[in-house]
Amino acid sequence: MKNTINKMSMTFPSRSSNEGFARSAAAAFIAQLDPTVDELSDIKTAVSEAVTNCIVHAYKERVGDITLTVEIGEDNMVEISVRDKGCGIEDIKKACEPMFTTGGQERSGMGFTIMESFMDSMKVRSAPGKGTTVKMRKRISVRGMFR
Amino acid sequence: MTVSYNEDRGKLLIELFGELGHHEAIDAMDNIAALYECISPIELILDMSGITFMDSSGIAVVMRTKRLCDNDGIAMAVRNAPKQALKVLSAAGITRLVSFI
Repeated sequence: MKNTINKMSMTFPSRSSNEGFARSAAAAFIAQLDPTVDELSDIKTAVSEAVTNCIVHAYKERVGDITLTVEIGEDNMVEISVRDKGCGIEDIKKACEPMFTTGGQERSGMGFTIMESFMDSMKVRSAPGKGTTVKMRKRISVRGMFR
Repeated sequence: MTVSYNEDRGKLLIELFGELGHHEAIDAMDNIAALYECISPIELILDMSGITFMDSSGIAVVMRTKRLCDNDGIAMAVRNAPKQALKVLSAAGITRLVSFI
């Protein structure tokens, strides 16, 4: 993101017990923009979906590293990047279709749909065998006169 | 995630408490399936008022519970879904597939 004002990045193993930590860490960092409860909930949900995809799909048979980066830019723009070095996605368009999943009965196949609808924009970059990066942006509303 | 239940004359009330992400969803589904099998209800209500966060993993929990009930022709409804959980369920179109009370 151009004109980054603040940034945090962390890398953690793809264990499902880290999902809650990842979404809470992202929310805690973004709290400096004084978001509404709804905005914060939307971002937590999107981060949770992206991290879950890494755990369930990218590192299906093993534990690997997930890197979560949150950047704050001008005009209260937040950019979130979730990157893995897992199996990658062969057909991104198919993977983004609602209800499509390779994750079995415990998955709904709605992860990308939720990310798209809860954030302002989402981009997926992936290479089979190399990994996937999901970038999402959301502008936080400006409240009050003093910041 | 905590799952509690109450049974009254075949009407099974299952209450979910805490965060419902992928980490918690499998346990929640297993617990609900075990309760369903043990009680064989004539009606099932899934109360979500205690959910503090939910992602699409919660959709799978709701839909798997519905499938259990549908297989036996049992009425099933979701009750008291908080705003954030309801937004996730709505985005997935689940509010058109499941009864909400």
